[in-house]
Amino acid sequence: MSTQMQQLYQQVILDQSRARVGNTELLRDAAGSPHGYSHQVNPTCGDEIELETELREDGTIAVRWTGDGCSISMASASVLSELAAESSVAQMLEIEGAFHELMHSRGTMEADESILGDAAAFTGVSKFPARIKCALLAWMAFKDALNQAQAAREEKHNA
Amino acid sequence: MFSRLRGDFPILDVRVGESPLSYLDSGATSQKPQCVIDTFVEYFQQRNAAVHRGAHSLAVEATDAFENGRIAAAGLVGGTPEQVCWTKNATEALNIVALGMDRASHGFGGDDAERFALAPGDSIVVTEMEHHANLVPWQQLAASTGAQLRWLPVTDSGELDLTDLDTIVDESTKVLAFTHVSNVLGTINPVDRLVQRARAIGAYVVLDACQSVPHMPVDFVDLDVDFAAFSAHKALGPTGLGALWGKSELLDALPPVLTGGSMITTVTMEETEFMPAPQRFEAGTQPVAEVAAFATAIGYLTEVGLDNVLEHEKELARVLLDGIGQIPGIHILGEAEDRIGTVAFDVDGVHAHDVGQYLDSQGIAVRVGHHCAQPLHRRFGVTASTRASTYLYNNVEDCTRFLTALAEVRPFFGVA
Repeated sequence: MSTQMQQLYQQVILDQSRARVGNTELLRDAAGSPHGYSHQVNPTCGDEIELETELREDGTIAVRWTGDGCSISMASASVLSELAAESSVAQMLEIEGAFHELMHSRGTMEADESILGDAAAFTGVSKFPARIKCALLAWMAFKDALNQAQAAREEKHNA
Repeated sequence: MFSRLRGDFPILDVRVGESPLSYLDSGATSQKPQCVIDTFVEYFQQRNAAVHRGAHSLAVEATDAFENGRIAAAGLVGGTPEQVCWTKNATEALNIVALGMDRASHGFGGDDAERFALAPGDSIVVTEMEHHANLVPWQQLAASTGAQLRWLPVTDSGELDLTDLDTIVDESTKVLAFTHVSNVLGTINPVDRLVQRARAIGAYVVLDACQSVPHMPVDFVDLDVDFAAFSAHKALGPTGLGALWGKSELLDALPPVLTGGSMITTVTMEETEFMPAPQRFEAGTQPVAEVAAFATAIGYLTEVGLDNVLEHEKELARVLLDGIGQIPGIHILGEAEDRIGTVAFDVDGVHAHDVGQYLDSQGIAVRVGHHCAQPLHRRFGVTASTRASTYLYNNVEDCTRFLTALAEVRPFFGVA
C-alpha cells in the first residue's frame, strides 16, 4: 500500500464515511428556526448532496443532509456536520475558509488542527486534484445554505 | 502479434509512482503508437500550410495530406472520401445532423432540406444506453420542433429490449439514433435489425460509431445507415478530430450549421451558396496535422486487422468477466454475449471514485463516474460505476493486475 493512499484515506475519513453524521431526512420548511437549503452536484462523477442548515437559538448550526458519493465526499459532509454542531456561525466560516485554502494548497500546507479539528484529516486530499471537489462538495452546499439561513434570520428580524 | 505491438506505444512504459502502467481506459481515449506521433511532428516539420487555398508547393502537400486522410477514413468505414466530413469530435458530428435537421425544420435549406423537417406529431427515437452526445442533441431537436422523443429500453443483461420495437419506432418516427456499441456495457447492438425497422417506416438512421470503429470491422455502406459519427482519438489517432459520415445525397441536402470560409461557392452581400459535402461542413481552418496523423493510425489498424483486434479484445473481455465474477461483492453492469472488451461494474459499499483511486495507486488506469451515460446508470440503479476498457495493446497481464487489485478494494475500505 502506497503512503499516498494512506495519506488520502486517513482512518478518520474511512470511519466518517461510514458514520455519516448528519445524514438524516431534511426538514425543509418544517424546521423551526431560520434555515437554508442547497443542492450541489459534481457533474464529473455524479456525486450529489442536499444539505440544510438551521440556526439554533444557542448560536450553533444544525446540519442535515442526504447524498450519494465517494468516501471523501461523504466523510467531508459527516465531519462538517460534527463541527457545525459545536461551533458558532463565525467559527464555521473560519473553518470553511481554512478548509477551502487547505484543499487548494496542492499538498503544500500544514493543516491547522486547532481551527480545522477532524477536517484536518483531509490534508492528503489536496495532493489529488481530481478529488478536491469531492471534499469541497458538502462545504459548498453548507456555505450556500448558511447564506440563505442568515438571510432568513435577517428577514425574520426585520419583520 | 499483439505482444509485439506494445513496443509501438511509448506511453505504456510510463510508470505511475512505483508501479508499471496498465492502461484500461481506452474507451475514453486510446494511446498512440510512435508512428502516429511521428506523423504529427513530421507534418509540422515538413508539410505545414493552409489547405484548399494558395498555389505554393507546401499548400499542395498539406492539401494532399488532408485529403489522403479522407481517403484513408473512407477505406476504414466504407463509402467514398466525399462521404467523410471532418469535425472537431464525434459530438460535433452528431450535433451537425441534429442541428441541421433543426434548421431544416425552420425552413432553411430549401426544398432539398424539407425531407429533414420535423414537426409536432413526429417522433425521434434513441435508446436508454446512449452516451449523452447521442441523446442531448436529440432532446434539443425535439424541444425545438415539437417532435416527441422516445427511447428503446435496455434489458438487465445490458442489451436493447426490442420487444416493442415496432410500436416505439412507428410511422411517426423521422429519426432513429443509436449507438453501435455501448460505451459503458460494451454491448454490440444489432444494427441490421434496427435499420430494417427504420427502412420499413422511412426514418433516417444515425449511428454513433465511436466505440465500434476503433475495435471491430465496420462498413457503414453495408450497415446501410444514413449518418454515422466517430472520433479519431479513440482509434489511435489524435484528439481534436472526429468525423461525420453520411450518404452523399443526404449530406448535400442537410443545411450546414457552421458557416463561413471554405464551405461556399458564391457569396454576395445578400446571400451565399454552399458547397456540397464534405466542404459544406468544414467551415474555417481545419485540423490538418490531426488528419494526417489519423491517416497513419488507420494504416496501423488496417495492418493489424480489425477482425484480429476484435478477437483479441473478446478474449480479454472473457478474462475480465470471469475474473470479476469471482470477486465477492462486485456486480457487472450488463453481460451481453456480443461485446467488446469494455466492462463496467459496481462495487458493494465502495464508491466508484474510491475504487478508481485504489486501482490508480497500483498503476491501473480505469474510468470512474457515469461515463456520460447518466440514464443508463439510473436504469441499473447506480449513479456511478467503474469501467475497464481494453484495446489492442492490452494483454492478459494488464487484466490480471487489474483483477488482483480489484479483489483488494473492498477489504481496504473495510466493507469485506
